[in-house]
This record gives sequence, structure tokens and C-alpha cells, in this order.
Amino acid sequence: MKENRTLIEFRNFDFWYSEKQVLFDVNMKICPDCITALIGPSGCGKSTLIRCINRMNDLISCTRMKGRLLYKNKDINQKHIGVVELRKNIGMVFQKPNPFPMSIFENVAYGLKVQNIKSRSKIKETVEKSLKKADLWDEVKDNLNLSAFSLSGGQQQRLCIARALAIRPDVILLDEPCSALDPIATAKIEYLLKKLKKETTIIIVTHNMQQAKRISDNTCYLLNGKVIEYSKTDDIFHKPKYALTKKYLNGDFG
Amino acid sequence: MVNEILRQKIYFALFRGATIFSVATLLFVLLYILKEGSGVISIKFLTGMWSHADITEGGIFPAIIGTFCLAIGVCIVSIPVGICTAIYLNEYAKDNYFTRIIKLAIRNLAGVPSIVYGIFGLAFFVLFLNMGTSLIAASLTLGCMTLPWIITASEEALKAVPYSFREGSYALGAAKWETIRKIVLPNSLSGMLTGSILGISRAIGETAPIIMVGATFYISYLPTSPFDKFMALPYHLYILATQHSSPYAREYAMGTSLVLIALVFILNSGVFILRYNLRKRKEW
Repeated sequence: MKENRTLIEFRNFDFWYSEKQVLFDVNMKICPDCITALIGPSGCGKSTLIRCINRMNDLISCTRMKGRLLYKNKDINQKHIGVVELRKNIGMVFQKPNPFPMSIFENVAYGLKVQNIKSRSKIKETVEKSLKKADLWDEVKDNLNLSAFSLSGGQQQRLCIARALAIRPDVILLDEPCSALDPIATAKIEYLLKKLKKETTIIIVTHNMQQAKRISDNTCYLLNGKVIEYSKTDDIFHKPKYALTKKYLNGDFG
Repeated sequence: MVNEILRQKIYFALFRGATIFSVATLLFVLLYILKEGSGVISIKFLTGMWSHADITEGGIFPAIIGTFCLAIGVCIVSIPVGICTAIYLNEYAKDNYFTRIIKLAIRNLAGVPSIVYGIFGLAFFVLFLNMGTSLIAASLTLGCMTLPWIITASEEALKAVPYSFREGSYALGAAKWETIRKIVLPNSLSGMLTGSILGISRAIGETAPIIMVGATFYISYLPTSPFDKFMALPYHLYILATQHSSPYAREYAMGTSLVLIALVFILNSGVFILRYNLRKRKEW
């Protein structure tokens, strides 16, 4: 990697679900203000890897890890690092849009309320700003009190992005955010992500290699829990160093 | 091909027959009681004190009040404890062998015959804790009996809240209790209350346990403290139907069952309205 700034770093990182090891000796540096894509076939550990970064795997019992995962040079798995604080800095958007059963406004305001921000004008202002950033404002500005479920799938996903943006995270993790969406909704989200990377680091898991090629700056190819190749997206797609990467990109397996 | 169509028809008729049979039975019971019992329903019957010597001179007011107080008592005893237990078991407890055993035990407790709870109440609340046969002992006994039903129903309601909602909340930096309070509870409360009140409406129809712990057939006063004895509709109905010598006893028993059914019906419609209002927002 030519980029020398590092925001997140995996060092000799192993991960197990009960007895099954899913990540093997991951070493990876993720740089700020760019889009990093994780690609690889189903079950290769992409989602597990991304979920380690905001410790969503804590919710599952019987997990175990070894090695270090640094965020701003601090090991996030240390006891004294509050997981709640960590998740305020590292937001997440899930595979299936999961708005809360509340109004559109309440959805975006939720994270602010969790942070005990009481001022109504401040909340209102942040909600508007976040929805604008997520390119959703123009579509919903007259219906903020409607249920979030009245939106289309693509709109719901952009609402989830707005919800994550509202608490101004440094990093947003996206776990296959477009896999449940049609091509037009996907294109909108891709456009949005490219715009967002100026202020927020984005790490995206995707099934879709073309998507990684279109939007990401760096790409990491994972296979069976091991990082096979990690470099600039242009390099990995045009001159992959390893035969396995080349085979995957050619569609020989996966 | 013809055979296939014939078979379709036979199965269809079978299922429809079963439905008609069960609905008709229920309707018959209801109409029968209505026909036999409606004759005695009057203001005096509903609001008069019980007159033992000549039952036509009095009413079942003390029994209605007794059952009403019992229902409130059971609510106070079992709904908060039941719901909190369900929240603990479903949200906080680790999913391990021990938790699963406890959940299984609770499901089994839901099937223990009510009379067993009665004898337990008599031994523990009435005698050991020295509460005497009283409203409070009966409330606690029925409370114990409804607890497993309420826990089970509440757990189902909690499980029905999609995991993705919790995940979304945690990802925004919400702590566990915040997630439960702001996301899980608002979306499961209607289910929990429905289950609870259905359990309680079943409990107030119970006769066996309360005979042992506080219900009496005849008292001349209304309960004024939790340590008073009380009259209750199901027990009253039982005595009228089997023990009383008055020629009007049968008719009065039918009238009493009508009142009991009405009371349960009122409770259940309360649930229905509550559920409807809380559900309006639920859209997943």
C-alpha cells in the first residue's frame, strides 16, 4: 500500500465462531477518507471481518479472537475501550434495509437521542443535513412523519445511511448494502458513497465485483478467511498478482 | 384426474366440517346459557347482596366484586414479574444449557393442574406465611399459576421483534437497555399485554385453587382489606349448581355463568382494543 496514513489496522488477526476458525492471520491497513471494498465468494469471512471493526460480533456468544485490531492506533478489543463509544465512531449499514418502525424523522433522530442530544432545533437541523447528505431529502421532505416502511427498498437503505451519518461517524461499514436492491437504486447508492468518501471512511463488503471496481479505491480479496490480495483497486483488477485472484475475477469460481 | 378433484373435495369438506362443528358447539353453549340464565338477570341480581335464605331476594354483587378484586390482585402480582422475567430470559440471559432448562421448566409449569397450585397456596401462603384464607393469598396463588403463561406469551412477543431492529440500534451506539427500552419494548408491549390479560381472564374463571385459599360461598360483607375472605363467581356458581336446595338455584347458576362469561368477554375486548391501538404503528 502506498497510502501511509492508517485509520484501522488488523495485525495477525484470527477469529473463531465456537470451534470454527473463520479468519486466519489477517494483516491489513485501511486508510482514511477512501473506499475500501472487501470481495470474495460467500462464506469467505468478509462479513465477519467487517463486523469485527465495530464489534458487532460481541452480540454472538462463543466467539473468540487472537491478534490485534487497531482503530486510531488503539486496540478496540481492550477492556477499557467502550463498545458504545466505538460504535458512535464507526457506523454500520446492513445487507437488508432495517429502518426502525418509526417515522422517517424519528429514524434519523434515533442516534442523536441515544447520545442524549435534547435540543429540538439541533436534532431537526442534523436530521435535515443527514437526509441531504444521503440524497433523500428531496424525496421525503414533505413526509417526514410518515412511517419509514412507506419508502421503497432503495430509499429505506438511503435512510439507513442517513441514520448512520447523523451521529457523524468517522467510518461507515456497509455489509452488502445493495444486494437487496435493483440496479437503479444501486446506482444511486454508489453515487452517494463516492460523494461521502470525502468526509467519511467507507468500508464496503460486496458480492458484486463490478461494484468494487466502480467505486472503491482499494480492494481486498478474501478466500476461506485469508487475505489473498489487497491493493489499489486498479491494480487488483488489471494486473492481479496472484493466480487465485485472477481466477476469481475471471469468474472461474465463486 | 377426476380422482384428484374428488379427493380435493373430500378434504375440503372434512376441514370445513370440523370448523362448522367447533363453531356450532361454542355457539350452542353460549346460546344455551343465555336462554337459561338471562331470566334471572336484573338490577337486583347484579347489585344486590347475597341472600342465603331466599336466593330470589338477593344478588351476586359480592361475587362480582370478589372476582373483580381477584383479577386486579392477580394483575398486580403476575404482570410486572412475568414481563420482567421474560425480558431477562430473552434479552439478557446467555443462551446456554442452564437458561434452556429454565425455559423448559417454565413451559412445563404452565401445564401443571390448577388444583396443584391451590394446594401449594394453602400450604405456603395461607399456612406458612400465615396470610389466612384471604384475597391476598388467592391473588398470590393465582398469580403463581398465571406467571408461566405470562412469561411464555411475553417471550413470544419479544422474539417477534426482528433481530435486525436490535442490530440497527446497537450499531448506532445504543446500549443494551436503551435498545430494549426504545426499540424492543414499544414493539412487543401489545403482544405481552395481550398474552398477560388472556392468561388472567383464564385464571379468574378458575375454581379449584381459590376454594382452598380464600373463596367462600357466603359472606355478608364485601372484602375491605386484602386479608378478607371473598366470594367469587366460579365458586359461587359451582355451589349453586351442585349444593343448593332452592328450586331457583339452577336458574341462578346459569345467570351467574352468564355474568362470568360477560366479565371475561369484557376483559378480552379490552385486550382487543388495546392491541388494535398499539398495532396501528406496527408495519414490518
